[in-house]
Amino acid sequence: MRLTVEEGIRLFDCDPIELGLRADAIRRKKFGDVTTFIIDRNINYTNVCENECRFCAFYRRTGSTDAYTLSIEDILKKAQKTVNAGGTQLMIQGGLNPTLDLKYFERLFRAIKNCFNITIHSLTATEIEWLSRREGLTIVETLKRLQAAGLDSLPGGGAEILVDAIRQKISPRKISTAGWLEVMRAAHSIGMKSTATMVIGFGETAAQRIEHMDQIRRLQDETGGFRAFITWTFQPTNTALGGSKVSAWDYMRTLAISRIYLDNIDHIQGSWVTQGERLGQLTQGFGADDLGSIMLEENVVRAAGTSFDMSTRKMIGLIEGAGFRAAQRDTQYNILRRY
Amino acid sequence: MFGEYNAIEKKILSGERLDRADGIKLFECRSLTWLGALADHVRREKCGDYVYYNVNCHVNLTNMCVSQCKFCAFGRAAEARGAYAMTIDQAIAVVEDALNDPNMSGLHIVSGLHPTWTFDDYLSIVRALHERFPQLYIKGFTGVELTHFAKISARSLEDILTDLKSAGLQAIAGGGAEILSDRVRNLLCPKKATADEWLEAARVAHRLGIKSNASMLYGHIETLEERVDHLIRLRNLQDETHGFQTFICFPFLPKNTALEREIKQTSMWDDLRTMAVSRLMLDNFDHIKAYWVMLTVPVAQVALSFGANDIDGTIHKETILHDAGATSPTGLTEDAIIGLIREVGRIPAACDCNYNVLRIL
Repeated sequence: MRLTVEEGIRLFDCDPIELGLRADAIRRKKFGDVTTFIIDRNINYTNVCENECRFCAFYRRTGSTDAYTLSIEDILKKAQKTVNAGGTQLMIQGGLNPTLDLKYFERLFRAIKNCFNITIHSLTATEIEWLSRREGLTIVETLKRLQAAGLDSLPGGGAEILVDAIRQKISPRKISTAGWLEVMRAAHSIGMKSTATMVIGFGETAAQRIEHMDQIRRLQDETGGFRAFITWTFQPTNTALGGSKVSAWDYMRTLAISRIYLDNIDHIQGSWVTQGERLGQLTQGFGADDLGSIMLEENVVRAAGTSFDMSTRKMIGLIEGAGFRAAQRDTQYNILRRY
Repeated sequence: MFGEYNAIEKKILSGERLDRADGIKLFECRSLTWLGALADHVRREKCGDYVYYNVNCHVNLTNMCVSQCKFCAFGRAAEARGAYAMTIDQAIAVVEDALNDPNMSGLHIVSGLHPTWTFDDYLSIVRALHERFPQLYIKGFTGVELTHFAKISARSLEDILTDLKSAGLQAIAGGGAEILSDRVRNLLCPKKATADEWLEAARVAHRLGIKSNASMLYGHIETLEERVDHLIRLRNLQDETHGFQTFICFPFLPKNTALEREIKQTSMWDDLRTMAVSRLMLDNFDHIKAYWVMLTVPVAQVALSFGANDIDGTIHKETILHDAGATSPTGLTEDAIIGLIREVGRIPAACDCNYNVLRIL
């Protein structure tokens, strides 16, 4: 039975262990004891960004001494190293940089696809919306051009909390709730799948978290285009917003609630990136069937073979250490290799 | 839950005692949240919604130690770098510093087995601290230290404990139990109290009306069966004396110890399952403690849903486990402790070393 919004909100009054138990049962029914991960590479092509969100520690203004933009050649080199290390996906994301137009991304994606057999899971809704405005194109037109150039799917970032009252407070210049959903709807309509995310810890209420999940659930009913849902926690260090970090306890119960509430989304990803490896392992007991990416870091890839092998081994250790069976997947969640 | 676990679940829900085979099965259980939910159920029935904590100060009189246990990064030889032994005045100064917190209510004193100190050296510090700070409770000394005192002074445990009690000691600390198996102790800590000796120290203390705590250091060379046997030995003694107050799970921290190269730190998965199984097996213990220094603060908070009803204390300045690479802070403010208890919907209760409630918040 599908939970109503009110029932969803009431889940936040339940003990997390009860929620974990329910979420774990759903996860086991769907995926047994397999936990997946992907080998991919995050490439942040620029840190110049006009949005200046208050929760972000990454952005720089144009002309700032540590502002950077990567050339297509730089990115191809990184892609090469990713392929060499066994990676199957590139997540190319960056700031809203006025010097980069749609043609830059078309050239970039074509160049990557010409050289490599790799999935381009790149550009968040925020970047897509911004590009379409910059070019005077519709969202669908923008996406179609990018798709023709090689963009396979969209990552779910930029959703933060899909409640405009919260967005006004933390990122007033950024894409609105309706705008974010519109980009996803448009992508799904042209056969471009995506993931969805939620970032907690902005002082949002339980009702607002459920409102966010409900927006995703309704769009999923309509399009079926979301492959996975990922909850992150706001990292307050070095941001204008500041404040304190969401507790592991709150993260675990919210993760479990997302598994219970989002009955039409297959994959729930646990975030070791925001929680740390040790708590990341724990997410497998609270509804997560995927631990995301081992994220080849630049220096790790540079060090080649050994280090990378270590991180795959570490990921497998985290999964097996909790009694689950590890499997490497691709962007579409096909299993590539079982361990 | 699945097949064979139904019977165990039934036993737990009807309050029936679990046996050794049940304990082993619980450790082998694949579903962490199932274990947690049962432990949480037992916790709620037994302990209600209070979460106990101390506003306290740890005093480690010396890190010189003749025991040289392989799992320890704190103890060292007298001539080693960083070796120290406090004078009475230095011990008093540590406590004075902690008294900046007006709610400070007690001391936790555990130390190395100093190569030349006599029992009277330890005793006189307890007496001096008690005379200087009569308002503070004193919990201190593990079964290992008590056994050592009896040996070096050639006196009985009764005499040792009676002296300590009259000097101001109000409760015995839970450390030193490690794994109550002679196989494990012979390999890791052959020079200190055996399993029987540790239990005997607790038994004698309980007989004299001094309550004590119990613990288990896990995640090194012990087997899961040995963990279960450990819990059962504690449970058996508790049936006999009812003198144990709380049980503390200590995950082994390998850094800077002789085992650093061979043993990896336990996972949180193991930490939480061990917490839950301990709550389920130790049906005659009132309290289960989530020791945040070893678990880390976020995990200790999560552990409150896995059977724990005590989160230790403010500590002021922890040293033993920080020598072993603990990544947690060395102390917490009382406000931080109250905040993390309240967030999980429970009631913070400041208590003394004998679980007398001082303040409910």
